[in-house]
Amino acid sequence: MGNDVPEQGSTAGPAAEPTAGPTVTTEARLAEARRVSPSAAKALVTVGAVASLASTFLAWTWTPDFPGDLSVTGYPGGNQWITLAVSALLLVALGPAYGVPGLRWLAPRGHVRLLRGLALANLVSTWYVLLAVAIELNGIANWVSGSWVAAIATLLPAAGSFLLADDRHEPARARPLPRWLQVAVVFAAIMLAMLVTEYGITTGYTEEFIGFALAIGFAAWGLNSSGVLARLTDLTAQNRAATSVSALVAALVFVFIQNSDAYNTIADDIVIFATVALGLNIVVGLAGLLDLGYVAFLGVGAYTAALVSGAASSRFHVAYPFWAQLVLGIFVSMVAGVIIGAPTLRLRGDYLAIVTLGFGEIFRIAVNNLNGASGPDLTNGPEGIYGVPDLKLFGYDFGQQHQILGTTFGKFGNYYLLLLVAMAIVVFIFTRVNDSRLGRAWVAIREDETAAEAMGIHGYRFKLLAFGLGASLAGLAGTINAHLLNTVTPDQYNFSASAPPNSAFLLAAVVLGGMGTITGPLLGAALLYLVPYKLQFFNNKQLLLFGLALILMMRFRPEGVVPSRRRQLEFHEDQIAEAEAQQVAAAGTQGQEAGAAA
Amino acid sequence: MTTTTETGAQAAAAGAAGVLEARGVTMRFGGLTAVDGVDLSVGDREIVGLIGPNGAGKTTFFNCLTGLYVPTSGQVRYKGALLPAKPYKVTQAGIARTFQNIRLFANMTVLENVMVGRHSRVKEGLFSAIGRGPRYRAAERDSRENAHELLDFLGIGRHSGSLARNLPYGDQRKLEIARAMASDPGLILLDEPTAGMNPQETRATQEVVFKIRERGLAVVVIEHDMRFIFGLCDRVAVLVQGRKLVEGTPEVVRADERVIAAYLGTPVDGAADDSEGTAS
Repeated sequence: MGNDVPEQGSTAGPAAEPTAGPTVTTEARLAEARRVSPSAAKALVTVGAVASLASTFLAWTWTPDFPGDLSVTGYPGGNQWITLAVSALLLVALGPAYGVPGLRWLAPRGHVRLLRGLALANLVSTWYVLLAVAIELNGIANWVSGSWVAAIATLLPAAGSFLLADDRHEPARARPLPRWLQVAVVFAAIMLAMLVTEYGITTGYTEEFIGFALAIGFAAWGLNSSGVLARLTDLTAQNRAATSVSALVAALVFVFIQNSDAYNTIADDIVIFATVALGLNIVVGLAGLLDLGYVAFLGVGAYTAALVSGAASSRFHVAYPFWAQLVLGIFVSMVAGVIIGAPTLRLRGDYLAIVTLGFGEIFRIAVNNLNGASGPDLTNGPEGIYGVPDLKLFGYDFGQQHQILGTTFGKFGNYYLLLLVAMAIVVFIFTRVNDSRLGRAWVAIREDETAAEAMGIHGYRFKLLAFGLGASLAGLAGTINAHLLNTVTPDQYNFSASAPPNSAFLLAAVVLGGMGTITGPLLGAALLYLVPYKLQFFNNKQLLLFGLALILMMRFRPEGVVPSRRRQLEFHEDQIAEAEAQQVAAAGTQGQEAGAAA
Repeated sequence: MTTTTETGAQAAAAGAAGVLEARGVTMRFGGLTAVDGVDLSVGDREIVGLIGPNGAGKTTFFNCLTGLYVPTSGQVRYKGALLPAKPYKVTQAGIARTFQNIRLFANMTVLENVMVGRHSRVKEGLFSAIGRGPRYRAAERDSRENAHELLDFLGIGRHSGSLARNLPYGDQRKLEIARAMASDPGLILLDEPTAGMNPQETRATQEVVFKIRERGLAVVVIEHDMRFIFGLCDRVAVLVQGRKLVEGTPEVVRADERVIAAYLGTPVDGAADDSEGTAS
């Protein structure tokens, strides 16, 4: 960066002062400012990070009225923990900037963006709280000396990191790690991710969640553009078994480290939502069939299980064992999927979407009317089927409290364990099917149906199979959902509502998260559940915000949060194609050279 | 040239042991007759060229053969059996094709593309994909090995891991051929395999087609490059305005004045009537 600074400085220098209007770009001004030496900029970041870390031990306001109590000196509280964590992370990220050995892996693609991301995370989340203090308590007078320290201290790293010239480069070649270390890294990363998620779920008040979300957002951007996430993804891809086991362990640890039924309820809902989203991912992400009525299959599973569960209001006075309910729920959902799919799958694209939307609504309206008055008596109409008993498996009553390893499991904790099993089954099926003759056929149909048929693929049959499989997986989740909620009513299965699961949110979870991947829909489901849940003060404007988020997402990252390789390519074709073509060419010339040498 | 003379005898025997027998294939789109009563027979290990000016109905005829279109009248037999009118069943029966405008699965890897081509020769379904028993693993290994073998056969083995859309143009054409061959067909239909290629690539493609024949396949090629066609084919059929104008050895076709007239745009009157006479 040293050699290009003078010329940029000379062009921007004199003109910049008076007309700081639109003529002078921010870049030029940054270039001007970058005459600050890199070591000074780094020092600025360091000082700021240390100071903001220290400021979390001071009081940020004088009154405990602000949620989380920021008035204690000598101990962080509430949102100060977020600032503390991000400042600490920022100090760690200075490691690669100063070339500290053993920390360079944090920034394979350059440390400046990592610093910028974390500095912004620190700045935005801290300033958000400080402004919230000033606004909610009516006036900046509620700031105390600690607040000023925090406000100024978080500004410094942001300024410092943007004074550093961008050092983004091609990722350095990864040093091969021994197997045990790879597994350890994967495990640690997944546990950390779980802890962060756990913090997000257990945030007690809106300000804490917003501060958390802002910090996470910017930090994730920094980590992503520094290349460390890509490296982690590579590691998980190389250690599939370890990744699965770690994820399962993390999910189990989650229920042990926090154990209130309130948070377990959230976790249950997220897991159900994610499981159904994964099922939809087979239909949408692999086979490319846009299904807007998918929640109906969750409903079919739930109604089937509820009807034969021995519920008081069920028309059938039978109480089948759970496994029979499960088989029946899956089977009936599959039949429903085939019945709905058979006529509609002859359509393509938008037409299919519209027709599935219609069928989804038909399901809801039908069960609403099958009450004996306007149709045969089957589903007890709008009241639904209530009194679905809690599950009992092998003498384990899911409605009772249990002691496991010294931890008390309430109802929702019990169901959480069962739902994890269900989700593991769906993930297992998804991975296996994705990488098989079946998955290839689906992707081929998605890519070019005519060519796929010319390759011997019976397009209609395979689309129907995707539809049926997706429906059965939703039915599986539905049977458990019926017992979890103890009630099944038609209005739980809307096309769109302010809370998931509904068809619109399911599709959004798949698309936002990343089609055709496993982590994508999981992440998408967690985000789409938590954000509206935690921001309930928005009330009826949730959907508006949701729409806005979708638009922004489609504009800036159309391939989803976790892009599958294929998807990423579709949307950022030119950049990636170029890089790959170069790779191929390089490989080609190497091959030729090798050939010539031989 | 040696190949041509060698298969001359085979071409003569083709009538008896025909791989493909198309009789009176007619395709009408409303009032437009795109293909009008075309007969074509392809013998064992024979390379047949199909030429004609733009819009002559060559690709439509291909689509009739492969079940993409159901012919208005006429019938197509493959090794004696009537061909079903569904593309996937035609592939199952043993006819594979490539497309004029490349239709690869652009976002799948090169290897995956070829493995998709193997689809109709593998039976593993949903439950064996989930269970992954020994039979499934054997079938998957077989598809993979077959795909690698074909990629090496066409000389694009080094690309197997990259995405199909990133291949150079000529290699994409080769990949289409590899994908078609993965279904172990007895007959392969190539729709303009050298479109957009430079002379060297065209020559290489010629070699590829000869090598395909050596593997025991019969080939039908649509092409505009006359040098390519005349150097390659045992027999050439000329389609003009949906009708077969001339059929015969490259020498016969090259010498026929009506072919030249058709390409230059002179109206041809009653050409179809005596086309049978010139067929050798």
